[in-house]
Amino acid sequence: MADIKGTQLIHEYLRHNKKFPHVFCSGCGHGIVLGSLIRSIHGLGLSKDDVCIVAGIGCSGRLAAYVDFNTVHTCHGRALTFATGIKMAKPGMHVIVVMGDGDSMAIGGNHLIHAARRNIGVTALILNNNIYGMTGGQCSPTTPAGANTQTTPMGQMEQSFDCAKLCTAAGANYVARGSVFHVKRLDSMIMEGIMNPGFGVVEIMTPCFTQYGRKNGFKSPVDMFHALKKNVIQSDRFDAIPEEERGEKVPSGVFVKKDTPGLEEKFYEMAARCQGGS
Amino acid sequence: MSAKSKGKSRVTIFPDWCKGCGICAAFCPAKVMELNDQGKAVVVREEECINCGFCELHCPDFAIMVQPKVDSEIPAGSKSGQVNASPTGSVESEKSIKEKG
Ligand SMILES: Cc1ncc(C[n+]2csc(CCOP(=O)(O)OP(=O)(O)O)c2C)c(N)n1
Ligand code: SF4
Ligand code: SF4
Ligand code: SF4
Repeated sequence: MADIKGTQLIHEYLRHNKKFPHVFCSGCGHGIVLGSLIRSIHGLGLSKDDVCIVAGIGCSGRLAAYVDFNTVHTCHGRALTFATGIKMAKPGMHVIVVMGDGDSMAIGGNHLIHAARRNIGVTALILNNNIYGMTGGQCSPTTPAGANTQTTPMGQMEQSFDCAKLCTAAGANYVARGSVFHVKRLDSMIMEGIMNPGFGVVEIMTPCFTQYGRKNGFKSPVDMFHALKKNVIQSDRFDAIPEEERGEKVPSGVFVKKDTPGLEEKFYEMAARCQGGS
Repeated sequence: MSAKSKGKSRVTIFPDWCKGCGICAAFCPAKVMELNDQGKAVVVREEECINCGFCELHCPDFAIMVQPKVDSEIPAGSKSGQVNASPTGSVESEKSIKEKG
């Protein structure tokens, strides 16, 4: 596989006994994330057997089915609990969790903050499309205020979570935010997240035209990519804009990078100490 | 990505995998592809491709391949503009997405 790259490289990692094209809608960003994940793992030179993808439920959770690593498709909101068990039992495994915004921050919100607090050595990719895609477009914890969804036809009235800030406050070792438009940067965030010890989160802004875009003034998936290009900006540029002028802009970049040992490292170190009798 | 010069790349689109989202056509700096009347992307100006890599990185369906053009390597089929409908043949029927959701 040495000099294979681009799409050919991605095809090398797909499970070709699955049905292609994949199940995602035309223009859904989830496929781009899958490509980025494959390039990142390949770029790090990891063996397929040393990688375990743990997915939750949602359109995002379907990613795991298509790719030839160890994969687990778990329950809605609980992917991090399975991942925690896998990492504790097999600390050498690179455990990567794929969740949607609803999966990770609504039903699974408690697991997310505790995975961050525990600093378990897994990497969570949170595919934030601001909506429950799979179940028909109900509002999620990241649906922006005012947005029109299946469950908020008069406009979303609640505050929404800032995923990166939430994970930062809960103690994650690595926190970054990227987008499916800025793919090369996304590749490097995923690589850095995988290699950093402890709990890592890469929040990925990705469009869902089918359930979100159509109801919120976008004419096509392409329109949503134009919006990502314009609105997802480097955090230093974001910080320089006065608060009242930020509008729909979203800061991107690496927000936290600490090297505190992960829970599994501490555990095995403790086990060695107990066995040594000291 | 390799040298940013024109006419050195072969751009292949697998029609069976393309869902016609139009991302490649909208953002290709050299306007290499267009959507045809069936809503699929087709290569119309291959010689303009500068191998910037955008389409391969952004096609959500892995339906585009950009490779160096080496004449002797190009299979007869693709020279005449035909490509395999999909990069693979075999397909297994899957449970519907709703059943799993
Ligand atoms: C315990 C449980 N509750 C509810 C559901 C229904 N359900 C399936 S996917 C989903 C939300 C998915 O939204 P998100 O996590 O944002 O992912 P997306 O589909 O947008 O990628 C829900 C509520 C379920 N499968 N299991
Ligand atoms: S419903 Fe939305 S998230 Fe689900 S596949 Fe379609 S575009 Fe993607
Ligand atoms: S980006 Fe891919 S799926 Fe979309 S139109 Fe182009 S080739 Fe087809
Ligand atoms: S590599 Fe760049 S120039 Fe060539 S077809 Fe793709 S987007 Fe266009």
